Amino acid sequence: MKPASFDYVRPDSLGAALQALSRHRDNGKILAGGQSLVPMMNMRVVRPGVLIDINRVPGLDGIRMDGGELVIGALARHSRLLESELVARHCPLMVEAYPHVAHKPIRNRGTLGGNISHADPASEMPAVLVAAEATIVAKRSTGERRIAAAAFFTGPMQTALEPDELLVEVRIPAAPAGQGWAFEEEANRRGDFAMAAIAATVLMKGGTCQRAALAVAGMGDHAARLPAAEALLQGKALDAATIAAAAAEAARSVDPAGSYHADPQYKRDLVGALVERAVGRAAARAK
Amino acid sequence: MAEVIVKVKVNGKAYTRAIEPRMLLSDFLREELELKGTHVGCEHGVCGTCTVLVDGETARSCLVFAAQVDGAEVRTIESLAVNGKMNALQEAFWEKHGLQCGFCTPGMLMSATELLEKNPDPSLEEIREAVSSNLCRCTGYYNIVEAVQTAVAKMKEAQA
Repeated sequence: MKPASFDYVRPDSLGAALQALSRHRDNGKILAGGQSLVPMMNMRVVRPGVLIDINRVPGLDGIRMDGGELVIGALARHSRLLESELVARHCPLMVEAYPHVAHKPIRNRGTLGGNISHADPASEMPAVLVAAEATIVAKRSTGERRIAAAAFFTGPMQTALEPDELLVEVRIPAAPAGQGWAFEEEANRRGDFAMAAIAATVLMKGGTCQRAALAVAGMGDHAARLPAAEALLQGKALDAATIAAAAAEAARSVDPAGSYHADPQYKRDLVGALVERAVGRAAARAK
Repeated sequence: MAEVIVKVKVNGKAYTRAIEPRMLLSDFLREELELKGTHVGCEHGVCGTCTVLVDGETARSCLVFAAQVDGAEVRTIESLAVNGKMNALQEAFWEKHGLQCGFCTPGMLMSATELLEKNPDPSLEEIREAVSSNLCRCTGYYNIVEAVQTAVAKMKEAQA
C-alpha cells in the first residue's frame, strides 16, 4: 500500500499556508500530524494532488490560557496535551479521555486540530469538545470565523470547514469550580476507536445539578449532545435513581447502526451503562 | 511530481537524498538507506513493527513521509547494539524468549526504548501500556513484558 503521487508544499508562515490552501482549494489537503490522513492515503481512499505541510508554520502548537479559555493551537500534539498542566487544570475531561486515543506513537505525532478536522464519528476528542462547549477558530486568507463545536461536526468525516479554511485553534471554556467530569468508553481493544463513548460534565451547587453536559461518540454520524438525558439531571440531586433514569433516557434517545461487533440493541444498552457510570463518577468528583 | 531534498540524521549519520514526496519514512529507511531492520507490516499504523524514534519519540514510520523528517534525528533498531554487542534490552529479549518469529521485534524494542529512556523504573502497568501499541501474534506478550522487566533490573544493576 503506497500513496498516489502528490506535490508537497511546506509553507513557513500562516499567511503562506492560507495562500497555498486558497490556491489548491480543489485538490489540496492539509498535513498536520498525518495519523489519520496518511493511512487513508496509503490505502488510496484519499488522493490529494497537493499536500500542504503546516508543521513549519510557527506559533500553531501553543497551549495557553486567554481570559477564561484554554486555547489549543492546531499543531498541539496529543502527547503534549496529555502531559500539560494547563489542560489538566482547566479541561480534566480531555486528560481522562486521552488514554483511549490510539497509542503513544500515534499520540506523539497526531494533533488535536487534525483529529477533529478528520471528524471520525467514533473518535473521542469530538465528544470531549462538544461536551466542553468548545469553539473552533478557522482562518482563510480573507478572514476568520468561530464555529461552536456542536455545529462543527456535520457528518461522518465531515465538518463545517470550507475548502480554503484552516483550523487554527480550539478554545475551551475553563472548567468552573464545582464541576465534575468523567469519560467512559467501550472499545474492542485498548486504543481502538470507540464502540460507544460518553463525555460527561456536571456542575453542582448546594447538592443539586445546575448544568449537565453529555456527549456521545460512536453513535450516528458525529459526536452529539444527549439533551433529553441532560434535562433529567438538571435541577436534581444526583442520586442513584435520578442517574439511572437519565441513563435509560440516553439509551432510548440514540439510534445506533449495527456493526460487525455490536448490534443496535447492544449499543443502546452500552450507552445507558456508560452514561450511568460517567454521571456517577462526575457527580462524585463535583462534591 | 517534483522531488524534494531531505537531509536527515539516522543513527548518528547524516544523509542527504532527493526523493519523491510520497516516499514513506519506512521505505526511505529500507530502500534508500538499506536499513532493513525496520519492518513493514500493515502500512496503516496499526501493527507497530515499523516504529522508530523521531527526535526521541516513537513514531510509525509508515505514517510519516520521509520529506517530513528533514532536519530531524531518527533512530532505528540498528542503533541499539553497540560495537556489535546487544544492549541490555536486546539481551533481555533474547534471554526471556521475548520473540518467536521476530517480525514485531524491531517495533517492540523501539517502543520499549522510548519507555525506558523516559521512565527507567516503569510499573508492570506502564510496560503493558507501552507494548500494547505493538501487535505480537506469537508470544502472548507475557515474555515480552518479562523481558522489559528484566532489562530494567539489568540496567539498575549496571548503575549500582
